[in-house]
Amino acid sequence: MAQADLTMDHSLERNGKHPEKWNWYHYFWYNTDHKVIGIQYLVTSFAFYLIAGVMALFMRAELYTPDSDLLDPNMYNALLTNHGTMMIFFWIVPAAIGGFGNYLVPLMIGAKDMAFPNLNAIAFWLNPPAGALLIASLFFGGAQSGWTAYPPLSLVTNNIGQSFWILSIVLVGTSSILGSVNFLITIFKLKTPNMTWDELPLFCWAMIATSILALFSTPVLAIGLVLLLFDINFGTGFFRPEMGGSVVVYQHLFWFYSHPAVYLMILPIFGIMSEIVTTHARKPIFGYKAIAYSSLAICIVGLFVWVHHMFTSGTPAWMRMFFTISTLIVAVPTGVKIFSWVATLWGGKIRFTTPLLFAVGLLAMFVFGGLSGVTLGTAPFDIHVHDTYYVVAHFHYVLFGGSVFGIYAAVYHWFPKITGRMYNETWGRIHFVLTFIGTNLTFLPMHQLGMQGMPRRIAMYDAQFEALNQICTYGSMLLGFSVLPFLINMIWCWAKGKPAGRNPWHSLTLEWQTTSPPAIENFDEEPIIWAGPYDYGIDTQSLETEATVEEMLEEVGQEVR
Amino acid sequence: MAQEKETVPSSLITLTVGLLVAGISVWYGQNNGLLPEQISKQAPLVDNLFDLMVTIGTALFLLVEGAIVFALIKFRRRKGDETDSPHIKGNFPLEVFWTAIPAFIVIGLGIYSVQLYSEMGGFDNVKKAVASNPAESIVELASASRSDINPLLLAQGNSIINRYGIGGNPDTAKTLPDLEVNVKGIQYAWLFNYPDSGITAGELHIPVNEDIKLNIEAEDVIHSFWLPQFRIKQDAIPGETTQLRFTATETGTYPVVCAELCGAYHGAMRTNIVIHTQEEYAQWVEDNKIARSPDFEQTVAATSQPVDDGEFMKPYVKDLGIDAESLKALQ
Ligand code: HEM
Ligand SMILES: [Cu+2]
Ligand SMILES: [Cu+2]
Repeated sequence: MAQADLTMDHSLERNGKHPEKWNWYHYFWYNTDHKVIGIQYLVTSFAFYLIAGVMALFMRAELYTPDSDLLDPNMYNALLTNHGTMMIFFWIVPAAIGGFGNYLVPLMIGAKDMAFPNLNAIAFWLNPPAGALLIASLFFGGAQSGWTAYPPLSLVTNNIGQSFWILSIVLVGTSSILGSVNFLITIFKLKTPNMTWDELPLFCWAMIATSILALFSTPVLAIGLVLLLFDINFGTGFFRPEMGGSVVVYQHLFWFYSHPAVYLMILPIFGIMSEIVTTHARKPIFGYKAIAYSSLAICIVGLFVWVHHMFTSGTPAWMRMFFTISTLIVAVPTGVKIFSWVATLWGGKIRFTTPLLFAVGLLAMFVFGGLSGVTLGTAPFDIHVHDTYYVVAHFHYVLFGGSVFGIYAAVYHWFPKITGRMYNETWGRIHFVLTFIGTNLTFLPMHQLGMQGMPRRIAMYDAQFEALNQICTYGSMLLGFSVLPFLINMIWCWAKGKPAGRNPWHSLTLEWQTTSPPAIENFDEEPIIWAGPYDYGIDTQSLETEATVEEMLEEVGQEVR
Repeated sequence: MAQEKETVPSSLITLTVGLLVAGISVWYGQNNGLLPEQISKQAPLVDNLFDLMVTIGTALFLLVEGAIVFALIKFRRRKGDETDSPHIKGNFPLEVFWTAIPAFIVIGLGIYSVQLYSEMGGFDNVKKAVASNPAESIVELASASRSDINPLLLAQGNSIINRYGIGGNPDTAKTLPDLEVNVKGIQYAWLFNYPDSGITAGELHIPVNEDIKLNIEAEDVIHSFWLPQFRIKQDAIPGETTQLRFTATETGTYPVVCAELCGAYHGAMRTNIVIHTQEEYAQWVEDNKIARSPDFEQTVAATSQPVDDGEFMKPYVKDLGIDAESLKALQ
């Protein structure tokens, strides 16, 4: 089988060199099991989420009043930069791609592990030093030029902090490239032979699109950042106009990566959505092919829209117009997905579990963020609101309302699989309600702030904006508070929750057909595909008791033997 | 059919919902009140586009969110029902429909945007006018290379053809701007230099209803020159001169805001644009010609009067490290 020749190093382990079950300390060290790596990603990234969240609370506290009175403005910019950096590079990307990607992809395609388990572990272990560099930079005052690090500002402010920041991002970028190669090869080579391409779970399709994007775009970011590092430390002048360099070239390099990066942060979430909506609505996904191909369409068109972040920069008219049109086009495949999920809910038998609530909350807010994205895509309007709080509102609707809600949904949905225990539904629902209200309270008023004239990335603002800013600050406090029920629920139920069994959701994808948590090499037998991943409503047997499912699996297993 | 109750026909419900959604969307598109006053010729153009997008957006929003809420209520699982729902995997015509409709909408918006951008002056038709009407007066200058300073235009009023920003629209491009001001962004202030009168100021003073052109430069890092009430913005880029060309339609005092992160006091980098009547403006020019080079106090004081929050910048002046010398050096 394909697996054999691809996993030479892994075969050692397969010959029984690993223990029956991992002990707690195995999770804290180099480990090649994709499930351990997935959990490592999830837990570390969540720690960064908390740190970056506290930074945001300090920023909102500063913005409670128009004057810069709580924090030193240099400090404010350091918080701003590291909040954005951590949320993107150390929370959403590693949690969605590293965490759920690693945990789920091999299980969903019936493989024993990723194609290159050692590469996988190495990719993860690039993250702790990267995080350490970023945290070290804070002790030198931190990078202060925003997560975009535009020169010349990044060349002239806090060189040490900025250099550490660059090294940190280049490391996580490398990790992301290694991860992408691994996902692509895993899906293409290790998919269990009796699974056809149109039985591939949509999460895996999303991971294909994500990996292609990361592979094409991340090296370009690395180039831009390395040149920046040289400009700062070694006297080159790539981005120094006085030495004949161009600051606009940096922006092109940066956004050629960073626009696709926004899709890196949402495509896996789209995949998660497709899994969760169909399972909890008990209905086949509506338009499987449309959803799978629209991921690829977003991936391709998404490579050609980056200048919409530079409509007010040094860009000629034709470029502003070309990228207006390409950006508007991305909205079409995005819309297809949204409509398909709504249609999946339509006519279903919806169970109001916490993952479903988060998924529907995501849907509701993403519609809004997508619409504001379309307005931003038109250059004539974007020229007014670019670099204002309107943009801040837009990307928090898609990133907080989208990606973070998606990660929460996924954590609840796969918690029984990962830990073998059930979370507490009531606390989950409370968490949802608080987060949903908090998100809208914090980010809705920002649209108006931006349009009325408040630019982004400022520590002091015009007094006329005070009232709306105070609403945002109250919202952020609610958001900060909303993490508590989540944390308590997770920690408590991981230790003491009710055992969940193999398949508490009666889901049809493969990861639910093995034990919870799955054994070290996932499946005792090569799994057999006896239903499409979303064939709800034909095979009512799958809905009978737990025992039946297991018996059926056993039967099937025996037949194969 | 026995179980069929007497109900309102569904086509009637659809019609009502449709009318309601359309009504609300059109109303909200016109009355959202989200944008500030309109002080430039460009502002109503941009706002029309925005209002159109709000109308379409509201309709889509209401329909999609409505469908979600309706589905959640209508299709919730009933107690004790452990079965799955019917096995429906798609509906090809429906999928084509909801791909095609958004595609038409965004293509329409794209075409509208391009046309609007041209009306705003985005294509800077000056260059085209120069190229296509070699007979007319400004146009004798056609031979000069695109981005360089044109010696003849320079003689006529220091006019520079810039590559980036908002320039002349198909109408205004036929004539030279009435007034050109050179704008320079420094950490953390805007300096305005009037080449025809030699005035340098910390606030932008212009006459109403005249065709103004700003040549925008940056001294140190990138800044972004934003006039919220005018709906126009252009980055000030070190090593590149950019431009904004506009006509103010009303007198008054409005904010000038820096919109690109330029350092710790970026938020304090605000000043005013003061739009005078022609006579007042002439008076202002007279008054200021005398005090040509502003000393430190004056410039900073000027930048420290945002619309309604006086003395804004004062507290930071010491931190900023701007002093009389460095300001002089800039001029
Ligand atoms: C319908 C799809 C979308 C469209 C048409 C769209 C369009 C845009 C545009 C034009 C901008 C630039 C605004 C400006 O800086 O002036 C922008 C900014 C941004 N968008 Fe989107 N967007 C869409 C979806 C998303 C998604 C799915 C995400 C991420 C999950 C996202 C994340 C962001 C971020 C992070 C920024 C701000 C970047 C920065 O300047 O720091 N957007 N979007
Ligand atoms: Cu983008
Ligand atoms: Cu600034």
